[in-house]
Amino acid sequence: MQPVIVSQLKKTYGKEKSVAVNNISFSVNRGELFGLIGPDGAGKTSVFRMLTTLLIPDGGSATVEGFDIVKDYSAIRNTVGYMPGKFSLYPDLTIQENIHFFATIFNTSIEENYYLIKDIYVQLERFKNRRAGKLSGGMKQKLALCCALIHKPTVLFLDEPTTGVDPVSRKEFWEMLRRLKESNITIVVSTPYMDEASLCDRIALIQNGSLLSIDAPQQITAAYPDILFAIRAGSMPLLLRSLGKYPKIKSAYAFGEYAHASFNDAAIQSEEIHHYLKGEGFNDIAVKKTEPTIEDCFIHLLKN
Amino acid sequence: MRIIKFLLQKEFKQIFRNKSILAMVIVMPVVQLLILPLAADYEVKNINLVVVDADHSPYSQRLLSKITASGYFKLTGFEQSFKEAFTFIENDKADLVLEIPAGFERALVREGSQKLHITVNAINGVKANLGGNYLVSIIREFNNDIRIRIMPLGRFNAQPVLETVSANWFNPFLNYRLYMVPGILAILVTMIGGFLTALNIVKEKEVGTIEQINVTPIKKHHFILGKLIPFWILGNVVFSIGLLVSWLIYGIVPLGNIFLLFGFVAIYLLAVLGLGLLVSTFCDTQQQAMFIMFFFMMIFILLGGLFTSVDSMPQWAQVIVGFNPVSYLISVMRMIILKGSEAQNIIRPLCITACFAIVLNSLAVLNYKKTS
Repeated sequence: MQPVIVSQLKKTYGKEKSVAVNNISFSVNRGELFGLIGPDGAGKTSVFRMLTTLLIPDGGSATVEGFDIVKDYSAIRNTVGYMPGKFSLYPDLTIQENIHFFATIFNTSIEENYYLIKDIYVQLERFKNRRAGKLSGGMKQKLALCCALIHKPTVLFLDEPTTGVDPVSRKEFWEMLRRLKESNITIVVSTPYMDEASLCDRIALIQNGSLLSIDAPQQITAAYPDILFAIRAGSMPLLLRSLGKYPKIKSAYAFGEYAHASFNDAAIQSEEIHHYLKGEGFNDIAVKKTEPTIEDCFIHLLKN
Repeated sequence: MRIIKFLLQKEFKQIFRNKSILAMVIVMPVVQLLILPLAADYEVKNINLVVVDADHSPYSQRLLSKITASGYFKLTGFEQSFKEAFTFIENDKADLVLEIPAGFERALVREGSQKLHITVNAINGVKANLGGNYLVSIIREFNNDIRIRIMPLGRFNAQPVLETVSANWFNPFLNYRLYMVPGILAILVTMIGGFLTALNIVKEKEVGTIEQINVTPIKKHHFILGKLIPFWILGNVVFSIGLLVSWLIYGIVPLGNIFLLFGFVAIYLLAVLGLGLLVSTFCDTQQQAMFIMFFFMMIFILLGGLFTSVDSMPQWAQVIVGFNPVSYLISVMRMIILKGSEAQNIIRPLCITACFAIVLNSLAVLNYKKTS
């Protein structure tokens, strides 16, 4: 039995029935680190809130650990851990008091499940008597993860745990998730950062409430149909304009300091592009083939 | 039970860490009970009186000394003509002008009658009205005095005079504070109970902690009890402090059974907490909750019988007052504290308040959702 099974889940908001989640179906395997990847407003949080029984779906069904998210909501609340996107622990209680509180309302104690949070808690221990509201963003996320874990959930839902956290803390956070996976906890995580997608076992790309693709990140990048070039030449806007005029161009967009471009001609070579750009009056041109990232795949899927 | 214990632990920790709430609970009853009953005084004193005495006779002197000796009036001017005196009223420096005509004493003795002229500045209606009445009653007394002096003894009973003497029960000296202090205490208990509950729950929504609570196995009634009990206790603490202050400062000791008083307040607090809870289920931000609570509080206070007597309100307003829990507390407080009423006297307000508590809390529980 897969711990999370979602089928045709649908959610609309307001009188005008604007669709937030549009007939989504996916399932998560036991012990998997599953990522829901998509930009802000794609519907990630709505999916999470429905799966954690905070939101009633308008259509479709889903089960978590075999429990229906509508009928068996109280059973789900006992088994899952949820970390909302917004920091939602008591800012006027200390680190220790927050963890203790969430342990006790799940009828357990910190000692009982200490092994689960040990790795994270040792980083917080120096501040254990500091109020949660006075912690840095990264510390808050670690504390929230501790509180979501303290009752030993079998499925962990993390809604944008790394949003607004510095790159070092983000990296640490993902390492913690990797280690948690070893305790056989199924983790469903959402993030708007495409670079974090490759850290998941499997990902679902979501946009405007619909899933674009579900697969392992390597499969998704491997499925990218074209040869991708990274091009750099002087000013980015001018470069993109020139590439746009190129007859064989399929798509071109800025990607950091490079422009990523794909072409309709599968046999096209770097020299040809180099030559064209030189003719357009660019100097200091760098053209190289590059491996597509999840972000490239996402953009590709959006266009089709 | 175990879960409620942990919720209470958490709640009290938070309350004791919130210095402003603690200060409110202790400072508010003390300060308000110190200032309000002394300041919000219905007795009209310091009525500014301008006298135009055209007679300058012993009688007019005696009348004036009687007026000033009453303590209600402040002689702000002593003018030669009414015209001059009237400028005081025009400049809002005088509330009353008393004009004693020339030949006041002579006409009074020889002809047995004389007229005085009182001009009232009616801008401040209450002050003018009361001031005029005070002055008239002093003059009437003066009138009786001189009648005794002038009339020959044998003719004294020729004119039958009806004199009324009233005795003030329960508050013999019409001590205004005895009347105000229980009322203000009632408002205080309402404010602390209602506001704190509403704001506290909405704060959990605003901060987002309720989201985290909602995914735990905590039951609805656990959460609500965990919120009600601390503020119920806090309300009782405020009430006790208030009673202590009114005893220490105003010497007010409840005539009736103090346990009956606490018993009523205990049930009353449930009703007020229920209202706070209900408001909190409708609001998403503390600002909204604050405004809605203010809306209710204003109506509760103004229609509660604290400042204006409920019996003198129009019929439709009295119907509204019937739905105002504060009015029941104020009247019961006055009954028990001033009158020493027994349990059987307060059964009706007690039952109605209990109904409020049941209805408000049930609505709140029904409306509080863990899922949206």
